Amino acid sequence: MTPPIATTPLDQQKSSPASLTVYLLLGIAFGVVLTKSEVLSWFRIQEMFRFQSFRMYGIIGSAIAIAAISLALIKRAGLKSVSGESISIPEKMLGHGVRYALGGTIFGLGWALTGACPGPLFALVGNGITVMLAAILSALAGTWVYGLARARLPH
Amino acid sequence: MKLGIHDFSGVAPHEIFNWHALLTLRGFVSVIVGGFLVGFGTAYAGGCTSGHAISGLANFQLPSLIAVLGFFAGGLLATFFLLPLLFRV
Repeated sequence: MTPPIATTPLDQQKSSPASLTVYLLLGIAFGVVLTKSEVLSWFRIQEMFRFQSFRMYGIIGSAIAIAAISLALIKRAGLKSVSGESISIPEKMLGHGVRYALGGTIFGLGWALTGACPGPLFALVGNGITVMLAAILSALAGTWVYGLARARLPH
Repeated sequence: MKLGIHDFSGVAPHEIFNWHALLTLRGFVSVIVGGFLVGFGTAYAGGCTSGHAISGLANFQLPSLIAVLGFFAGGLLATFFLLPLLFRV
Protein backbone atom coordinates (compact mmCIF):
# COMPACT_ATOMS: atom_id res chain seq x y z
CA MET A 1 0.00 0.00 0.00
CA THR A 2 1.33 3.41 -0.89
CA PRO A 3 1.37 5.68 2.13
CA PRO A 4 -0.28 9.07 1.87
CA ILE A 5 2.02 12.00 1.25
CA ALA A 6 2.91 13.42 4.65
CA THR A 7 1.24 16.71 5.31
CA THR A 8 2.94 19.05 7.69
CA PRO A 9 1.26 21.85 9.60
CA LEU A 10 3.14 24.13 7.20
CA ASP A 11 0.73 23.12 4.44
CA GLN A 12 -2.28 24.33 6.33
CA GLN A 13 -1.15 27.39 8.17
CA LYS A 14 -1.70 30.91 6.99
CA SER A 15 1.56 32.71 6.48
CA SER A 16 1.45 36.06 8.20
CA PRO A 17 4.20 38.60 7.47
CA ALA A 18 5.40 38.15 11.06
CA SER A 19 5.82 34.38 10.72
CA LEU A 20 7.45 34.77 7.31
CA THR A 21 9.97 37.15 8.87
CA VAL A 22 10.74 34.60 11.58
CA TYR A 23 11.24 31.87 8.98
CA LEU A 24 13.54 34.14 6.98
CA LEU A 25 15.65 35.06 10.02
CA LEU A 26 15.91 31.44 11.21
CA GLY A 27 16.75 30.35 7.67
CA ILE A 28 19.55 32.92 7.50
CA ALA A 29 20.82 31.76 10.89
CA PHE A 30 20.71 28.14 9.67
CA GLY A 31 22.73 29.08 6.58
CA VAL A 32 25.33 30.83 8.75
CA VAL A 33 25.57 27.77 11.03
CA LEU A 34 25.90 25.38 8.06
CA THR A 35 28.69 27.56 6.70
CA LYS A 36 30.63 28.28 9.91
CA SER A 37 30.40 24.66 11.13
CA GLU A 38 31.54 23.57 7.63
CA VAL A 39 28.91 20.80 7.51
CA LEU A 40 28.19 21.95 3.94
CA SER A 41 31.78 21.12 2.96
CA TRP A 42 32.36 18.26 0.54
CA PHE A 43 35.66 17.66 2.34
CA ARG A 44 34.06 17.39 5.81
CA ILE A 45 31.44 14.94 4.43
CA GLN A 46 34.20 12.80 2.92
CA GLU A 47 36.11 12.82 6.23
CA MET A 48 32.93 11.61 7.93
CA PHE A 49 32.34 8.72 5.50
CA ARG A 50 36.04 7.78 5.72
CA PHE A 51 35.96 7.92 9.53
CA GLN A 52 38.88 10.34 9.47
CA SER A 53 37.36 12.97 11.71
CA PHE A 54 35.00 13.10 14.66
CA ARG A 55 33.81 16.55 13.59
CA MET A 56 30.56 15.65 11.77
CA TYR A 57 29.63 12.99 14.31
CA GLY A 58 30.11 15.52 17.09
CA ILE A 59 28.01 18.14 15.32
CA ILE A 60 25.14 15.78 14.40
CA GLY A 61 25.28 14.08 17.81
CA SER A 62 25.08 17.34 19.74
CA ALA A 63 22.31 18.56 17.40
CA ILE A 64 20.27 15.44 18.22
CA ALA A 65 20.86 15.88 21.96
CA ILE A 66 19.86 19.56 21.87
CA ALA A 67 16.82 18.79 19.70
CA ALA A 68 15.69 16.06 22.15
CA ILE A 69 16.08 18.41 25.14
CA SER A 70 14.34 21.23 23.24
CA LEU A 71 11.40 18.99 22.30
CA ALA A 72 11.01 17.91 25.93
CA LEU A 73 11.11 21.53 27.16
CA ILE A 74 8.70 22.70 24.43
CA LYS A 75 6.28 19.93 25.36
CA ARG A 76 6.53 20.69 29.08
CA ALA A 77 6.04 24.43 28.57
CA GLY A 78 3.30 23.86 25.94
CA LEU A 79 4.95 26.33 23.57
CA LYS A 80 3.21 27.17 20.30
CA SER A 81 4.77 27.95 16.94
CA VAL A 82 4.83 31.52 15.65
CA SER A 83 1.54 30.89 13.83
CA GLY A 84 -0.13 29.24 16.81
CA GLU A 85 0.12 25.48 16.20
CA SER A 86 1.45 23.13 18.82
CA ILE A 87 5.00 22.00 18.10
CA SER A 88 5.49 18.29 17.59
CA ILE A 89 7.23 15.91 15.22
CA PRO A 90 4.67 13.71 13.47
CA GLU A 91 4.95 9.99 14.18
CA LYS A 92 6.31 8.21 11.12
CA MET A 93 4.56 5.04 10.03
CA LEU A 94 6.98 2.12 9.96
CA GLY A 95 5.05 -0.11 7.55
CA HIS A 96 7.48 -2.58 6.04
CA GLY A 97 10.27 -0.10 6.53
CA VAL A 98 11.39 -0.51 2.92
CA ARG A 99 11.03 3.16 2.08
CA TYR A 100 13.34 4.12 4.95
CA ALA A 101 16.04 1.55 4.16
CA LEU A 102 15.92 1.92 0.38
CA GLY A 103 15.11 5.63 0.19
CA GLY A 104 17.72 6.28 2.86
CA THR A 105 20.38 4.40 0.91
CA ILE A 106 19.53 6.31 -2.28
CA PHE A 107 19.74 9.56 -0.34
CA GLY A 108 23.10 8.49 1.11
CA LEU A 109 24.52 7.85 -2.37
CA GLY A 110 23.54 11.37 -3.38
CA TRP A 111 24.83 12.82 -0.10
CA ALA A 112 28.33 11.44 -0.73
CA LEU A 113 28.33 12.25 -4.47
CA THR A 114 27.30 15.90 -4.09
CA GLY A 115 28.87 16.30 -0.66
CA ALA A 116 25.64 17.97 0.40
CA CYS A 117 22.15 17.31 1.69
CA PRO A 118 19.16 19.50 0.80
CA GLY A 119 19.80 22.46 3.15
CA PRO A 120 23.49 22.77 2.30
CA LEU A 121 22.71 22.67 -1.45
CA PHE A 122 21.18 26.12 -1.06
CA ALA A 123 23.85 27.36 1.35
CA LEU A 124 26.54 26.24 -1.13
CA VAL A 125 25.02 28.49 -3.80
CA GLY A 126 25.32 31.33 -1.28
CA ASN A 127 28.93 30.31 -0.74
CA GLY A 128 29.63 30.88 -4.43
CA ILE A 129 29.36 27.28 -5.68
CA THR A 130 26.73 28.40 -8.20
CA VAL A 131 26.81 25.09 -10.11
CA MET A 132 24.81 23.71 -7.17
CA LEU A 133 21.82 25.48 -8.74
CA ALA A 134 21.96 22.63 -11.27
CA ALA A 135 22.06 20.11 -8.39
CA ILE A 136 18.99 21.80 -6.83
CA LEU A 137 17.07 21.57 -10.12
CA SER A 138 18.12 17.94 -10.46
CA ALA A 139 17.01 17.24 -6.87
CA LEU A 140 13.61 18.81 -7.66
CA ALA A 141 13.43 16.53 -10.70
CA GLY A 142 14.19 13.62 -8.35
CA THR A 143 11.25 14.44 -6.08
CA TRP A 144 9.04 14.83 -9.15
CA VAL A 145 10.07 11.42 -10.52
CA TYR A 146 9.40 9.91 -7.09
CA GLY A 147 5.92 11.40 -7.26
CA LEU A 148 5.36 9.68 -10.62
CA ALA A 149 6.77 6.35 -9.47
CA ARG A 150 5.56 6.15 -5.88
CA ALA A 151 2.49 4.01 -6.58
CA ARG A 152 4.78 1.35 -8.05
CA LEU A 153 7.56 1.56 -5.43
CA PRO A 154 7.68 -0.71 -2.38
CA HIS A 155 7.12 1.18 0.85
CA MET B 1 43.41 8.02 -1.54
CA LYS B 2 43.62 11.46 -3.18
CA LEU B 3 40.93 10.89 -5.86
CA GLY B 4 42.90 13.14 -8.19
CA ILE B 5 41.96 16.25 -6.25
CA HIS B 6 44.69 18.86 -6.00
CA ASP B 7 42.89 21.85 -4.57
CA PHE B 8 41.71 21.28 -0.99
CA SER B 9 40.64 24.87 -0.34
CA GLY B 10 37.08 26.12 0.07
CA VAL B 11 33.90 24.13 0.69
CA ALA B 12 34.04 21.85 -2.37
CA PRO B 13 36.69 20.76 -4.89
CA HIS B 14 36.62 23.51 -7.52
CA GLU B 15 37.94 21.10 -10.16
CA ILE B 16 34.64 19.17 -10.00
CA PHE B 17 32.04 21.66 -8.80
CA ASN B 18 32.06 24.30 -11.53
CA TRP B 19 29.84 24.85 -14.56
CA HIS B 20 32.45 23.70 -17.10
CA ALA B 21 33.01 20.43 -15.24
CA LEU B 22 29.32 19.57 -15.73
CA LEU B 23 30.36 18.31 -19.16
CA THR B 24 32.84 15.85 -17.65
CA LEU B 25 31.74 12.45 -16.32
CA ARG B 26 32.73 13.11 -12.71
CA GLY B 27 31.24 16.62 -12.73
CA PHE B 28 27.96 15.39 -14.23
CA VAL B 29 27.65 12.45 -11.84
CA SER B 30 28.63 14.52 -8.79
CA VAL B 31 26.23 17.39 -9.46
CA ILE B 32 23.38 16.11 -11.65
CA VAL B 33 23.15 12.42 -10.69
CA GLY B 34 24.03 13.18 -7.05
CA GLY B 35 21.45 15.96 -6.88
CA PHE B 36 18.79 13.72 -8.42
CA LEU B 37 19.50 10.96 -5.86
CA VAL B 38 19.33 13.49 -3.00
CA GLY B 39 15.89 14.65 -4.15
CA PHE B 40 14.52 11.22 -5.00
CA GLY B 41 15.94 9.66 -1.80
CA THR B 42 14.61 12.44 0.42
CA ALA B 43 11.11 12.07 -1.00
CA TYR B 44 11.20 8.25 -0.92
CA ALA B 45 12.58 8.06 2.64
CA GLY B 46 10.24 10.82 3.82
CA GLY B 47 13.01 13.02 5.19
CA CYS B 48 16.64 14.06 4.96
CA THR B 49 19.44 14.70 7.41
CA SER B 50 17.49 17.25 9.41
CA GLY B 51 14.14 15.43 9.22
CA HIS B 52 15.36 11.93 10.05
CA ALA B 53 18.86 12.16 11.57
CA ILE B 54 18.20 15.14 13.82
CA SER B 55 14.44 15.58 14.38
CA GLY B 56 13.52 11.92 13.99
CA LEU B 57 16.27 10.52 16.22
CA ALA B 58 15.68 13.28 18.79
CA ASN B 59 12.08 12.03 18.88
CA PHE B 60 13.24 8.38 19.24
CA GLN B 61 11.54 7.17 16.06
CA LEU B 62 12.54 3.75 14.71
CA PRO B 63 11.77 4.63 11.05
CA SER B 64 14.28 7.49 11.32
CA LEU B 65 16.96 5.16 12.70
CA ILE B 66 16.44 2.85 9.72
CA ALA B 67 16.66 5.82 7.37
CA VAL B 68 19.88 7.07 9.00
CA LEU B 69 21.45 3.62 8.70
CA GLY B 70 20.44 3.78 5.02
CA PHE B 71 22.05 7.25 4.67
CA PHE B 72 25.29 5.76 5.90
CA ALA B 73 25.08 2.60 3.81
CA GLY B 74 24.59 4.73 0.69
CA GLY B 75 27.30 7.19 1.70
CA LEU B 76 29.83 4.42 2.32
CA LEU B 77 28.96 2.73 -1.00
CA ALA B 78 29.47 5.98 -2.89
CA THR B 79 32.63 6.90 -1.00
CA PHE B 80 34.45 3.58 -1.32
CA PHE B 81 33.10 2.24 -4.63
CA LEU B 82 31.65 5.02 -6.82
CA LEU B 83 34.03 7.91 -6.11
CA PRO B 84 37.23 5.90 -6.69
CA LEU B 85 35.82 4.71 -10.06
CA LEU B 86 34.63 8.15 -10.99
CA PHE B 87 37.74 10.08 -9.94
CA ARG B 88 40.33 7.62 -11.21
CA VAL B 89 40.80 9.71 -14.34
